[in-house]
Amino acid sequence: MSQETLRIQKISGHAGTVPGEETQREFQVCKLIDTTTCIGCKACEVACMEWNDLPFGETVFDNTYQTMPETRWNYWNLILFNEHEREDGTLMWLMRKNQCMHCAEPGCLAACPADGAIVQYTNGIVDFQQANCIGCGYCITGCPFDIPKMNPKTDRVFKCTLCADRVGEGLEPACIKSCPTGCLHFGSKDDMKFLAEGRAKQLRDHSNFPKAGVYDPPGVGGTGVIYVLHDVTEPEIYGGLPKDPSIPWSVKLWKQPMKWLGNVAMVGGLIGLFVHYIRFGPKADPDDPTENQNEPPVAGPPVKERPAAAPPVTTAGERSR
Amino acid sequence: MNNRAEAQADQILPNGHILRYTFRERLMHWINGFAYLYLMLTGLAFWSPWLLWIAVVLGGAQISRMLHPWVGLVFAFSLTWMFITWASQMHTTKEDKAWMNSMNHYIRNEDEEMPAAGRYNMGQKLLFWGFVFCGVLLLLSGLVLWLPEYIPWNARALRYLAVLIHPATALLTIGLFMIHIYMSVFAERGAFKSMIRGDVSQAFAKRHHRLWWERVVGSASRR
Repeated sequence: MSQETLRIQKISGHAGTVPGEETQREFQVCKLIDTTTCIGCKACEVACMEWNDLPFGETVFDNTYQTMPETRWNYWNLILFNEHEREDGTLMWLMRKNQCMHCAEPGCLAACPADGAIVQYTNGIVDFQQANCIGCGYCITGCPFDIPKMNPKTDRVFKCTLCADRVGEGLEPACIKSCPTGCLHFGSKDDMKFLAEGRAKQLRDHSNFPKAGVYDPPGVGGTGVIYVLHDVTEPEIYGGLPKDPSIPWSVKLWKQPMKWLGNVAMVGGLIGLFVHYIRFGPKADPDDPTENQNEPPVAGPPVKERPAAAPPVTTAGERSR
Repeated sequence: MNNRAEAQADQILPNGHILRYTFRERLMHWINGFAYLYLMLTGLAFWSPWLLWIAVVLGGAQISRMLHPWVGLVFAFSLTWMFITWASQMHTTKEDKAWMNSMNHYIRNEDEEMPAAGRYNMGQKLLFWGFVFCGVLLLLSGLVLWLPEYIPWNARALRYLAVLIHPATALLTIGLFMIHIYMSVFAERGAFKSMIRGDVSQAFAKRHHRLWWERVVGSASRR
C-alpha cells in the first residue's frame, strides 16, 4: 500500500492504452464494513469531513438519527439508519455506512467522456480528478449506487476517495481510524474477504443469523468496499443497497454497440457521399446550356432561360406534364 | 431592387430570378444551421474520446459542456420558428409519392426522368420532418442530460433513456445533415446561393421544382 499502488490502471474518456497498466503485482485494497457491529456513532462521518477538510453543511432532521437523507458533494460518508421488522415481529435497527463502493468495473468511469476525469488506481481506488471534469454528470447516471454528487456552483462532481492520499502514504482511510467498535477494517482485498467470510460464518453458526453473508456484488466485478450483512439475501433493507448492482444496461448499450455502430455509420456515410460524387458528380447546372444535352426538346417556342429584365411571358401548360 | 427583407417569397425579381427564400427564412435557417454545427461538433467531442480534440479547439471541454445546452435552446427555438413557417408546405402530396418512386433516377442525376416537384420535393420534406422529429427528442432528452443531478433516484429510468435517445437521434440528424450539405453545397448547383441571397434562376426553378415554377410564373402572368 505504498505510492506504487496509486499507479493508474483505468482512465475515463481516454483514447488509447493506459500507461503503466499491468506493470506490477496486483495489490487491491479494500474496506470492510461489518454492519452487525456498527453502533451508528457517526465518528466515521466526522473523521471523513475532518480529513478531507469538507465544509460544514446544514443537516436535515427527519425524526431519525440520520444526519441527512443522502450523501452530498461535500458529505461523502453517511450512516443510513433503518428500522426493520423481522418475521417474528421484533425490530432490528440496521445501520449502514454508505459511501462510494469503489467498483472493480466502475459505471461512473464507463459513462465519463472526459479524458482523465475519473481514474482507477491499480490498488482499486476509483478517484475523480476534478481538474479534468467537464461537469456533464454522466457519472451520476453510470453509478448503480447513487454516489457521485454535483457541486452546483462549480459543476464538478465529488465523492469518497477512499482517502487515496492517505492510502498512497501507507495509512488507512480516516473513517477506519475513527471507528470505536472495530466494525471498520482496511487491508488487501484478499485479507478483508477472509476476515468478512469468517465473521459471516460466526454470525451464521453462533449468533442466529442463518442468512448472514458478505456483500461483494459480482455485477460490478466486486467492490473495494465490502459489507458483512445480517441478511445478505435482502440488502435492500439496509437503506436501498441494490441486490445485484451492475452498470445500467442503457449505459452499456450506449458506450459499446451503439458507439461502434454510430462510428461505422458516420464514416460509411462520408465514404458513400464521396463515392457518389466521383461516380455521378453534381447535377447538371440548369443555368449552363452546355450541361443540358439530355434535356428533351421543349415543344413549341423555346423558353427564354435568362430574361434580361422583365418577367418572361410564359403561360402555364406551355409544356405538357 | 426592392427591399428583400420585406419581400414575399415566390415573386419574380427584376433580373428575372425568382425569390425562393425571404430574408426571414434565410435568417432562421442560418441561426438553426450555425447552432446545429456547434451542437454537432461539441456533441461529437463528448461522443468519443477520439474526437475530444474538437472541444479543445472550440475553447475547452468544460466550456463546450457549459454552452452546449444553451446553444441547444437556440437550436430548439429556431427549429420551432422553421416549423411554424414551413410545416404547412411540407405535407405529402400525390406528386411527392411519384417523386419518391423515381428516387433511383434522382440519385443517378437523371433529373429529366423525375416527376415534377412543388416548392419542396419529397426529399426536402423528409429532411424537414426528420429534423423536427429528432429535434423534439433531442430537446426532451437534452433537458434530462443538462441537469441530471435534479432527476430523483426513483426517476433514474429517465436518465437511462436520455443517454440512449440523445446520441441515437443525434446520429440520425448527422445522417440527415450530411445529405443536406452534400445536396445543397455539392450536388445541386444554385441551391447554396438560394439560401444566401434568396434567389434562384428560372432554369433552376423549372428543373428542380417545376410545379412551383409553373405556379409562380402563372400567377405572375395573370397579374
